[in-house]
Amino acid sequence: MTMVNHLINGLSLGSVYAIIALGYTMVYGIAKMLNFAHGDVIMVGAYICFYAVNQYQLPPVLGILAAVLVCTALGVVVERLAYKPLRAASSLAVLITAIGVSYFLQNAALLLWSANPKVFPLFFTSTRINEAGERVVVRNLEIGPLSVSYVAVVTVAACIVIMLALTWFTGRTKLGKAMRACSEDKGAAQLMGIDVDATISVTFAIGSGLAAIAGVLLCNMYQNLVPTTGSMPGIKAFTAAVFGGIGSIPGAFLGGMLLGILEIFAKAYISTQLSDAVVFSALIIVLLVKPTGLLGRPVREKV
Amino acid sequence: MSKLVPVPSGSMVPERDAGKHPILECVDLGITFGGLKAVEDFNIMIGPTEISGLIGPNGAGKTTVFNLLTKVYQPTRGTILLDGRDTHGMNTMQVSRAGIARTFQNIRLFNNLSVEDNVKVAMDANMKYSMWSGIFRLPRYWQEERSARERALELLSLFSMEKLAGVKAGSLPYGAQRRLEIVRALATHPSLLLLDEPAAGMNPSETAELMENIRKVRDTLQIAILLIEHDMNLVMNICEGICVLNFGRIIAKGTPAEIQSNPAVIEAYLGKQG
Repeated sequence: MTMVNHLINGLSLGSVYAIIALGYTMVYGIAKMLNFAHGDVIMVGAYICFYAVNQYQLPPVLGILAAVLVCTALGVVVERLAYKPLRAASSLAVLITAIGVSYFLQNAALLLWSANPKVFPLFFTSTRINEAGERVVVRNLEIGPLSVSYVAVVTVAACIVIMLALTWFTGRTKLGKAMRACSEDKGAAQLMGIDVDATISVTFAIGSGLAAIAGVLLCNMYQNLVPTTGSMPGIKAFTAAVFGGIGSIPGAFLGGMLLGILEIFAKAYISTQLSDAVVFSALIIVLLVKPTGLLGRPVREKV
Repeated sequence: MSKLVPVPSGSMVPERDAGKHPILECVDLGITFGGLKAVEDFNIMIGPTEISGLIGPNGAGKTTVFNLLTKVYQPTRGTILLDGRDTHGMNTMQVSRAGIARTFQNIRLFNNLSVEDNVKVAMDANMKYSMWSGIFRLPRYWQEERSARERALELLSLFSMEKLAGVKAGSLPYGAQRRLEIVRALATHPSLLLLDEPAAGMNPSETAELMENIRKVRDTLQIAILLIEHDMNLVMNICEGICVLNFGRIIAKGTPAEIQSNPAVIEAYLGKQG
């Protein structure tokens, strides 16, 4: 039974990675850049939600909505100010800029919200009356011998809904199709009258909105919020995106899930300290065998 | 074969376009890369329903002219008037929306999209429904979506490709991919279509069919077509006006018959005789 519990925890952590990885992979697919500031957008989203709920006493739903709106705007603004002027620059220049934006966001958060860790409120709980007649908060759902946290259930469900919505969006809407056209050939897309800049903005908006959701879910799992909260999950999610094949939406989903499960199992059965080493070794092995990732398309070289 | 007649500026257009405004007029168009003058003093005038050809030896600057017209490169000097409107300062997308569409020398389709979606994506700029009516599937969306589908199939049927609508573009055979590129360009609703070597890699019967199709496109849609082509049979058969480029400069302009007997053209292609 503990094994099933680990699996559920793995799926839940994997779902968070997958939601973040979707942002990485969509931006990479269309703008052909690695947005290393993506992880820090998670942190900003979590802070916005934290203050909305703790300070302004908003219900969690509105807190999440506020986080999504602020992060969406943040993503679009960052793209306009930092990345758009570098559209024609080398990818190395864009990469360095992204790292710069990442530090900027972390330090801005440090100034605004200080380094003191915030204890994130739990959103997904129920209450029960115990033997002494007191109301206690219950975090876990007991199904027979299984004990599943509410947040795990919500996270997995959110990830599946997001994944289905994105699949529908890219496959069935005109904006989604324009995105796929841009990811294949920006020059040709522009020559066919597609507004490539607007399409890139929408991609950043969607990715950053998803990052806000991931931030809230992540902080509901670990409850500890500091200005560097987003960086490690950001890097893990980037790894997940590469693992699954960067640029591929199903790849990000698969990569995130596998990475989450692997991490939890490594923590449970190998060693907590070594879990990250296990995860990254798996990445290296996958990339040695299949350099484009699990679902990545092979790059055809023009001769 | 129609006759070319002079228009006030001294250029020639087909007889039936004589009274009308030219769709494209280039005045002293030029671009330099570093010190190299890739295209210089390019002057051309194209009637609104004219099929004209741009020919010349390899490296003459033909594709550069297309890239200037579509603003892939910004011209360093000169003016491009599209239907009397100066395109100065426009970017690629704006020029496309203003009415210039093109195909590419090496095929650049959206391979992972279906044939129909390749065409529909290019219609994007002409579709009026907003993102919200798209997301919530409001009546407006269905209406536009239906007419977009109808129009896409109509354009595909010009090239007898309506049966392939659901196929992934990347899995089409070569000839069909070339035809799809033309259909996709037409979907942007152009008034001037630029074809970059449309017959490249085609066998004689495919080329003959292509010539028919190019004429059919001009006749049904009443648009101007400017094409770059190395197949002289095709050029001499369907073009009403021809412009010959060598080392970035126009060395001759005229009807196919005039071009064929022009000594400067013969020299550019075959070298100096005697």
